[in-house]
Formats: sequence, C-alpha cells, structure tokens
Amino acid sequence: MERAGEVIEATATGFIAQCYELYHIPPLGSLVKTGDPPIYAVVCDATTSSIEPGRRPLARGYDEPDEESVYRASPQLSRLLRSVFSTLAVGFLEGDHRHHYLPPYPAAIHGFVYPCSNQEIKDFSSSFDFLNLLINSHLSVDAGELTASALRQMSQAHDNPHGFLVSAGKELTALLRGDYNLLRAILMRLKNE
Amino acid sequence: MSEHLGIVVAGSLNKGVEVKLDPLASVEDMAVGCYVTIAGKKRRFFGMITDISLAVTDEALTANPPDVGDTFLTEVLTGSVTYGALHVLPMLTMDVSSGLQPVKTVPSHFSRVSLAEEQDMELIFGKEEGGNFWIGSPLDMETRLCLNLEEFAKRSNGIFGKSGTGKTFLTRILLIGMLQKSKAVNLVFDMHNEYGWTGTSESGSGTVKGLKQMGMIQSRVAVFTLDEKNTRLRGASPDFVVRIGCNEIEPEDIAILRETLNLTDLAVEAAYSLRRRYGKSWIKEAINLTDAEQTGALLDSLKIHEATFQNLQRGLNTIKRLPFIEDESRSNAVEVILSYLDKGTSVVLEFGRHQNIVEYILVANLLSRRIYNQYRERTEKAIGDNSSKPRPLVITIEEAHKFLSPQLANQTIFGTIAREMRKYNVSLLVIDQRPSGIDEEVMSQLGTKITCLLDNERDVDSVLAGVSGKSELRSVLARLAAKQQALIFGHAVPMPVAFRPRDYGTAESYLEFAPGKENEKALDKEFEKLWE
Repeated sequence: MERAGEVIEATATGFIAQCYELYHIPPLGSLVKTGDPPIYAVVCDATTSSIEPGRRPLARGYDEPDEESVYRASPQLSRLLRSVFSTLAVGFLEGDHRHHYLPPYPAAIHGFVYPCSNQEIKDFSSSFDFLNLLINSHLSVDAGELTASALRQMSQAHDNPHGFLVSAGKELTALLRGDYNLLRAILMRLKNE
Repeated sequence: MSEHLGIVVAGSLNKGVEVKLDPLASVEDMAVGCYVTIAGKKRRFFGMITDISLAVTDEALTANPPDVGDTFLTEVLTGSVTYGALHVLPMLTMDVSSGLQPVKTVPSHFSRVSLAEEQDMELIFGKEEGGNFWIGSPLDMETRLCLNLEEFAKRSNGIFGKSGTGKTFLTRILLIGMLQKSKAVNLVFDMHNEYGWTGTSESGSGTVKGLKQMGMIQSRVAVFTLDEKNTRLRGASPDFVVRIGCNEIEPEDIAILRETLNLTDLAVEAAYSLRRRYGKSWIKEAINLTDAEQTGALLDSLKIHEATFQNLQRGLNTIKRLPFIEDESRSNAVEVILSYLDKGTSVVLEFGRHQNIVEYILVANLLSRRIYNQYRERTEKAIGDNSSKPRPLVITIEEAHKFLSPQLANQTIFGTIAREMRKYNVSLLVIDQRPSGIDEEVMSQLGTKITCLLDNERDVDSVLAGVSGKSELRSVLARLAAKQQALIFGHAVPMPVAFRPRDYGTAESYLEFAPGKENEKALDKEFEKLWE
C-alpha cells in the first residue's frame, strides 16, 4: 500500500509525519496508521513550509504564466519545501482487539505511515468511543471542525453513509450535553453528505 | 414479541413511574389509558399510561429548534436530545410465588416497559369462561375483557356518564350477562322503556332489541307495565299490568316525594298523623275531607294547620290522578313480582308514557320497599331455621340522584339497600348522569363503578372519591371518547380498565350472546395456534 509519510516526531497523544512528495498529504480527518501492531490516528493538521525554519518562501511567479511554471522554473523548490501533517492518536490494535483510547506508548520515529483501507476504517468506526478524544482536543484546528471532518471521511467507507452519520450524531448528543450550539454546529457540517 | 416501548428512568409509588420512550417508538402511537407491563428485577408490574409528555435534555433546543425540512438534524436529535416520556401508574404486581398482588413498591431503574399483550390481560382479568362475562375490549387492544359477574353482583354498583355516552347500552349488556352468568335475578325500573322490549339507538337502524327479544334469555325475562296501551303499541305483550292502590301507599312513600311534589315538612308530618288516624285508607279519607266544618274539627284534634293540610291534599290529589293509581288495589303487584323473581325470572317494569319523575320515584320506591321487606323477612327466617335464602336480587334504577340525594338517602329504601350491602340479598344497580347529586356515603358503598365520559368537575370528583390513583384516573376519564368508551374500577375488577364496550345492536352482536359462542372462539384460537 502506498505510504502516506514517515514519522518525524511522536508523543503520547499523536505524531507528526513528513510526506514523501510535496502536497501528497492525507486529507484532514482521515484515518491513518503506523507501526506494528498499528496505532490509529486522525489527521488533524497539515503544513507545507520551508525546510529551514528561518527561511520563508518568496513569491516567484511574477513573470510566470501559471502556477506549474513557477515549479518548473525553480526545480529546487521540491527540495526546499516539505509537506508535514500532524495526527491525533485515537486507538490501537492489541492482538485481535481494537482499542479506542490512547496507546500506552508513542509511535516510533521513522515509522512508515499508511492510510487505512476502507475495511480498516469500517472496523475501527464500528465503535464511537474515540469521539470524545476528538471532541476534547485542543489543537490548532477547532475540535468541532476536526470531529466533523473525521466523521465525513469515515462515512465514505461505510455502505450506508447516512446511517453511519446519524448514529455518530446520536453519540455526539450524549457527549455534548449542555452544549447544544456546538452540537448543532457539528451536525450542520455532517448533514450534506 | 411484545412491543418494547422504553425503560423506567424515574418515579415514585405515589406519583407513578416515568418511562423514557425508545427512539423507535413514536409518541403519537401512545394513548392514555392503555396497558403496559414492566419487567422489574424480581417481579412483573402491570400499569396504565396516565400521561404522555415531550422532553428535551437541553433547553437550548427549544429556543433554537431545527428547520422543519432538515431531516438529518431531526433524525439525529430524536430519541437523544428530544425524547418522549410516559407517565405510568403501576397497579398490580405479578410474582411467581404469590400471584397477582396490589402494588407496594416500584420497578427498579431501567426496567423494560412493553405494551401489554393478550396473555397478560387474560391473566389479570380471566378468560371468557365460567362466571366471566365478556364486556368489551381494552382501548387499542382486541382482547376480550372479562368481568366476573358473581363478584359484580355481590355489591351494589353504579353506571355513570353524561347523556348520550352509552349508559343504556352498557346496562343492557350487563343485565344480559347477569341473567346468563350469575345466580342473581333482576328487577328493572325502566323509566324510558329501553330495556324490556325494543329500545332506541342513535346509529344504525334506530332500534335495538330489548331483553325480552333476545332468544337465549327470553324465557327468563318478564315485561311488566304501568301503561298497557303504550307497551302494546310498541309491539310487546306485557306479562302483567301493574296497578297501585291508594291503600298501598304509606306516608314514607309521600315523604320522599316531598321535594318533587312541593310539600312542606309539616305536610309530611300531617300524612303520618292521618295514617295513624285512618289506617290504610288514609289517602281516600284525606282527599274526601272537603267539608270545611268537619275538616276544621279534625285538623284541630290532630293539631294540623289548615294551610298545611291543603298543601298535603294538593299533593295527594296529584298522586291520585295518576292513571295507574286505583282506590283499592285489585291485584297485589308486589306478590306477583315476587312470584316471578322466585322462579328466577327477571322483571322489567316499563313506565310507558309515565315518564314524570314523580311517577318514577313513587312506583320504584313503593314496590322496592315492599319487596325489600319481604326479602328481609325471608332472609332472617332462612338464617333462623337454616333453610335456603331467597335468590340474590339486583334492583336497577335510573336517575338515581333523585332517590339518593344527601337529603333523601336516609329516607328511601335505596339508601338502606346501598348501605346494607347484601345483607338481605338485595343490591342496587344505579344508573345516573349526575353522580355529584348522590349522597357520598352511598357512593362509597358502590362496589364497582363503570363510568363513561363526564364533563362536570364535581361529577368526576364524586365518582372517583376514595379511589387510589385518583388524579391519574381523572386524566384517563377526561380523555374518554364521547361514545362507546368507559372506565371500570372497583371490587369486581383487579385493576381499573378503560375499555370499549362490546357491540350491541347489530345482528352479529346479538348472536355473540349465544351461550355456545365463547367455546367457539376458544376453538378458533386453538386452530390458529396449529397453523403457527
């Protein structure tokens, strides 16, 4: 299976991976895995930026007719820029058993990161216990936004996406008791799938 | 599999149990008055739904509800943020060891609640066999609801409801039942000519069969009448024409007519004095006292004021003018009635055109008083020499609030009968549309009450007085349909039931009363089971 990236930083709550090719980033909210036995994580942020922290990209397209020409004119860009994505750990596999809470140990550096197959997504999302990890996250991406994209992505792997989203929605109502406005905001983002 | 409705989430013994409805069960399918079973940890509970409400977990939803067209949002929110709630009044518990018991505790949290099924109802109310008579079906169920008529006839009972709610139909059904299934014999004072021969109906052909026209019980019913002509005109031939003689009327009979005849208290007292003086022919004498001199002397000696006497005379004249009153009775109506009753034949006394309340009260009270006295003597004699007691008698009276008002309850024989329960083997079946007019003590003595829709607060209060779960039953009573729905509670039923009385008036419904019919239905059920 094609790799999504390689782990370059890992903590108890997730990991950061660099993509092998610029812009080949797994979508926000998608489920990825790394390691054996695998740790499952949801893509919660992505950045494309210069390899050197102090050196920022400069605009180069003034004389170019379109965006591809900018890259053709400066081929070193693919070496000077990199795409990196962050993930939030949501579970792991232990033997045959899937757990929907944080793994006891972080991922290994240089671990290969793979996108999960439809079947893996379907199996993992058969339980909604991971939702509270998403809801209670305090990352740069808003928790509601992240949860909504994760659910949208997961619903694609199911035979009945609508049914899946309705069940997920009902789980959310229990988690978000007391915050109807947040609940509503998330549900509105799920609705048009 | 019975329909799973929800689980118990809160409640108390006194106030009833709260049930959260399953998201799949729709609030709109629930109805107040339906039965549910609750599977507690140690025993099963049976209860009635007494209230249905909508609840939200988050008040913010009511301020900001989803769009009507937003199906996704409503689908998610239904059953999670919004849910239906039922209020259930537990009434009976079913324990493996001790069987059906009244409720003394509540089911534990999260007990499953389901709609009651046919087997449950049969378990509680009994099957249609032996002394159990099919009176109708519980609301929203097809099960046959049975009433134990032996228990029913052991006490005085009442049938209440606004005009037009179906009391007469219910009474007919019960009378037929009592004739078929209990040892009791009936004496019906039929003010509006509804029971004996053809009665009226607001639907269908406009007429329904009377008791005497029902093939299976014809031989055990006799139609007596006060108005022979009217009875014959309607197509019936009466078994006996009742006449009352003036010499049969006692001052007690005048006393209860005080209000209706506008007599003063003193006039009633005067009646007693005149009776003492003249004996049985006191009325004839009193009416004939027109000579002023003779009268004056007499009145002085009896210490009766003249105005009082005139008031009394006026009242007595009113009575004497009644067509069925004769000076001297040639036939002893009471003896004839008693002879029929002794043979086990029930008597329906039609009033024909005499539907005036004075006539009704006079005749009903007079005849009942004498029959009751006979019964009392016979019962006492039976106790004395250990012989068999007279047949249990049920006297059916309509417009009961005229006989049993607080002022009159102590004076009429009906008050006495109601209070004495079945000491002398006589009980009442009271039919009324104004139960608030009936004396409280008498109401409390009624064993079983069947009530159709009542809209007066006071009437509802008086019918439900002393019943446990009163406030819940009130809401069930208020929601009964205007026709063909009734609530029965009391001695003869293990728990209150809201039900739809069985049909009466169509050809099929008449056939259903045939004795073999209940066996037929049981056989049909057996056949169905074979195919399952």
